[in-house]
Order: sequence, then structure tokens, then C-alpha cells
Amino acid sequence: MNWNIIYDFLTGPALWFTFLFFIGGIIVRIVILFRLSRKKDRVIYNHFSWGWGLRSIFHWLIPWASSAMRQQPLFSIVAFIFHISLLAVPLFFAAHNVMWDEAFGISLWSIPNKLADWMTLILIASAIFLFLRRLRRPEVRILTSSWDYFLLIMTTLPFLTGFLAYHQWGPYEVLLVLHIVLSQILLILIPTTKLGHMILFFFTRAFIGFEMGGRRGARPW
Amino acid sequence: MSKVAEKKFEFENNTDAPVDVNRVRQILDANHGARIRTWMSICSRCGLCAESCFVYVGNDRDPRLSPAYKFRHTLGEMVRRKGKVDRAFLEKCYEIAWLQCTMCKRCSMYCPFGIDVATMIAIARSICHSQGVTPKQLAFFSDHCDKTGNHMGIPVEELVDTCEWMVEEVEDEYRDVDIPVDAPGVKYMYTINPREPVYYPQDISNAAIIFAAARESWTIPTFGWDCTNLPMFAGNRNLAGKQVKNVYEKAQELKAQHILITECGHAYRSMAFEGPYMAGYPDGKPPVEVVHYVQLLYEYLRDGRIKIDPDKKIKEPITYQDPCNVSRNGGLWEHARKIIPYIAEDFRDMAPNRDHNHCCGGGGGIMPMGPDYKPYRMASGKLKADQIRETGAKIVITPCHNCFDQINDLGEEYKLGIRTLSFKEIIVESMIIPDHLKLETENEN
Repeated sequence: MNWNIIYDFLTGPALWFTFLFFIGGIIVRIVILFRLSRKKDRVIYNHFSWGWGLRSIFHWLIPWASSAMRQQPLFSIVAFIFHISLLAVPLFFAAHNVMWDEAFGISLWSIPNKLADWMTLILIASAIFLFLRRLRRPEVRILTSSWDYFLLIMTTLPFLTGFLAYHQWGPYEVLLVLHIVLSQILLILIPTTKLGHMILFFFTRAFIGFEMGGRRGARPW
Repeated sequence: MSKVAEKKFEFENNTDAPVDVNRVRQILDANHGARIRTWMSICSRCGLCAESCFVYVGNDRDPRLSPAYKFRHTLGEMVRRKGKVDRAFLEKCYEIAWLQCTMCKRCSMYCPFGIDVATMIAIARSICHSQGVTPKQLAFFSDHCDKTGNHMGIPVEELVDTCEWMVEEVEDEYRDVDIPVDAPGVKYMYTINPREPVYYPQDISNAAIIFAAARESWTIPTFGWDCTNLPMFAGNRNLAGKQVKNVYEKAQELKAQHILITECGHAYRSMAFEGPYMAGYPDGKPPVEVVHYVQLLYEYLRDGRIKIDPDKKIKEPITYQDPCNVSRNGGLWEHARKIIPYIAEDFRDMAPNRDHNHCCGGGGGIMPMGPDYKPYRMASGKLKADQIRETGAKIVITPCHNCFDQINDLGEEYKLGIRTLSFKEIIVESMIIPDHLKLETENEN
């Protein structure tokens, strides 16, 4: 098999498509929701407040800054670490930045490879925790469908394959191709599934901030 | 809810007629905006909402009682099936939407995404209502609202008679206590819960005594005097809008400066927050400012317009039940806590409290649904009973009729050894009667 052709395709046209779909998909989803909200959700605009919106978001970005997080401290911190690693590793991994640099001559700053390594392991461990939590807690298990397990696995696989490829544990070419394909699938899943909360979280959190806080002074955190 | 024996519920229409799918779709379409679409699509099934819900906690943490489960199996399912639902499904929804959720909105503050489950349950109720799957008692009270403007169906003469009777009742103790009816240009148009003239008329005379003591400018209107909104709980949104409009328009007609709400929780939420939307006011604000009784009482005490006799302050330990619709959904939790030091010596707050309080279990319309549903209220109210017991309080104050009745029931059911009181009765019992209210003979003494 000619891995170079596959690799070039995946990091060329397929990557362009993925990024366009990812960013375009998010924009389309937001535009649709925005237009709909102008028609059917007056309540958003009647009570809009930057202050309460931002406070509401802020209290949910800091570990244990909300009562609900303090109610389940272990889950909250694991979920927090999971999300931090999920964002930091792909963006700041040195090998990724080299690719940005080669293609466009610009790149983000990089974290040490050792750190990226540990963060990846922590992410995989957190994902296993989240998976087991879904199985173990009755109130979570009853809500969870196979789709939820699937999405959690799909979120983790790019990291697992990336980790294995980096350490060359296993057939390198296969792992690398799998890593790229799975990452691209994940980027496509974000705008089309519940993973859209990556962006939509900020809107819904802000809304409840001014709905409960701005209108009534109640702190939704 | 497993404790409660299986039984057939009585609806507004007990019929086997097929569901009008078009009507269901219409309501879905009208409400399926950006918020609901987003909430439904991003709920990540993390289950963090469960522990915030008193129904879930009170019923042995039955996983089917988490807020996420409840919205997914009502409105979520209706959307998924694009409105093609059958009667059996709606009857299942009925159980969730009316018996397992009081729309207290606590979970919306505990969801990482701030998903407002109460709003979605309210829409599920509207859809059930459109097919006649409405609690019989709420439909009955709504019918009264439609015909007479108040949920007890009290004719205007009877209200006026009650007011006159109450004035006579207090004549032996106070001078110059009056209940002005339909007086124009007043500061407060005082709106009440129809339960007051029927079951607790002394609540009206207590209010009159307090107003007189504070030399307030106020009136009770002959129409639009019912501040409650049971059609809102019945899922009858149009009628709920009409109900608040009656009050808004009467206040405008009388040129009252404020609409004053009696010690009632949902009335305040309905009048000040939900009402403008149900009545179709595009800016979401009531046309006349709405004031809850706790705000007014606090001002009277602060400004010295009402003075409390220090010897009559309550010595027994007391606690305060935050009505969800006054505190979390009304933003008025501090007023009560500022009133209490004037009237009681040993105040012990519940935990959690204020905007994070738990519903008593009597909200969302389940109280007026009647005694058949008491077992549900008692099961869900377990958390509240535990909270009260933990404070060691002997008296529970609450400015809400639903909380009041529910706390009384909880006191008996869980043998809490408590009395429930409203602010008005405490104030009237313990205030220093100002000279202008004292009877002539007393002045001579």
C-alpha cells in the first residue's frame, strides 16, 4: 500500500474539507439558531445582559465554582481535566504546530512533548472514568444511549491512536492514518451532534445567566 | 413514585378520541425555537441535574425522576415523534409533567448548560392540555377563571360582602380600618388569592389592619383581583394570558401605581415574569410595576411605619420556607430575612436556602389538584421535611399559600411538631397598635 498517497490525501484535500465542514458547520448552526431566535425567542433579547451572561459562563469554566460541581467534586474535576486536555493537546502539540508552520508559516506556541504525552494519558484515563460513570450511576445510565457511548469513544480514539503513533507502538503508518481519519471524523461530529456544546455552551450558559440572574438576581451556579 | 399505588387518573376529558396531531404540531412549532432546539441537542446526559431535584431525592433517587429524564420523555419524545403521539403517551406525560415536576427551575441552575427544564415541561403541559389531558381540578378552576376572572368563581357581590364583613369584624379592636373597593389613583392595587375570601378571610382583614397602620393608599378591585394563575399550571396558555391581563388592565384603568400581590408565590412569578409573555406584551415587562407583599412589609418595618412590640417577638425557634416563585424565580429572598429580625429572636435558616432553596413539593399546581395527589406531595416533600427538622424550628414562616398548606401537611405527615404562619398574621399579632387605630376608650385609659 502506498501510504504516502493516502497521507497526502488525508492531510491535503480531506483536511481542507474537514476544516471547512467544521468551521462552516458551526457557523451554519449558529446562524440558523440565531435567525430562529429572532422569531421565536424574544425572551433572550428582552433580558439580555453581558454582565450576568459572562458571570454565568465564568462560574462554569472554573473548577468547583458552581454548587452543582461541588455536589460531585470528583466528576467535575475529571470533566474539567478532560476538556482542558481535549483542547490543549491538538492545538499545542509540537508536531501539529510543525505542520501549521510548514503549510502557512505560522503556528501556535507548543507545549513540551512530555507534557502533551501526560495530558493525552490523563485524557484517556478521564474518558475511561466518564465511561464507567455512565455505566455505574443509575441516573446517568438510564439517560445514556449507545450514541452517547459512541461519541465518548470517538472523542477518545484520536488521542489513543495519536499516542500510539507518536510512540510507534504498533504499525506506525496504520496508526497515523487512523489518527488522522478519526480526528477528522471528530471534527465533523462537533457541529452536527451534542458535541456542538463546544460552542453552544457559551450561549445557553449566558442565557440562563440573564434569565435567572439578570431578571431575578438568582445565581445559576 | 413507586410508593404510590397505580391508579387511573381523572382528566378534563376522559376520552378515547384520537389525538389531534395537527394541534400538537402547531404548539410544537410555535415553541420550538432556538433555545429549545439547542437545549435538546446539547444535553449531554451527564446526570448532574438529578441531585438538584427534590422529587428525585425525595423518592429514593429513582433514576426516572431526574430532570433530564423527565424532559426527554415528555417534550423530547413529542419533538422526536414530530407530534405523532397517542393518548397512552400523553397520559404518561401527564404523570411526569404534573406529578413529578413543579417547575421550580432549580435544575436549570445546576445544569452545566443551563438547560431550562421547567420551560420545556410547561410546553409539554400545554400540549397535554390541548388534548384534554389536564388535571381535572385545574381544568375546573380554569373554567371559573374563564367565566368569572377568579379561580373560585366568587361573584363580585360576595367579594364586596366579605370585605365589608371583615371591616365589621375588626371594628371591636381597631378604629378606622377600611377596605377601599375600586378606589382610583391609589398607590397599591391589592390583588389576592381567591382562597382568602373563601377559607382565610382574616388574611384580608389582616392586610387591611397593616395598611391602615401604615396609612397606605390602597384598594381592592372588583375585577382582576385574583392574582393567582391556575390556568398557567393547567397548561392553558391563552387563558393564563387573559388572567394576568385582567389584572394589568384593571390597574391601568384605576391608574394604580403598583400591583401588589398577597403572600402567594406563583402569583408573583406569573404577574411579574411569565405573565407579560403569556399576555403577549412584546417587551416581556408588566405594564404596571408588580410588588410582592414581602417587599412592602419590609419597607414598612424599615421606615418605621409599622412598629413591633419587642415583648411580642417570637421566642420559639423559627425557620423560613423560601417559596420558589418568590425567591429563586422572584429574586426576593432577602426581604423576608430582613423582616424576620424585627419579629423573631431565634431564626434558623434551612440549608440550602435563598435562590438555591428546594421546592416544598406543593408547587406547580399539584396543591390545588386536590387530595388524590397528596401521596405524591408527601413523598416528594420528604427533602423539605428533613430540612425543616434539621433546623429544630417550631414555627415555619412562608409567604405563599401553596407552601403554607404543603408545610402544614408535611408537619403532620412527618411529625415535625411545627406551626406554619404567614407574615401578615405575625405582624398583626405583634405590632404596636398606632394611636390612630386605637379605639377611643383605650385612648382614655
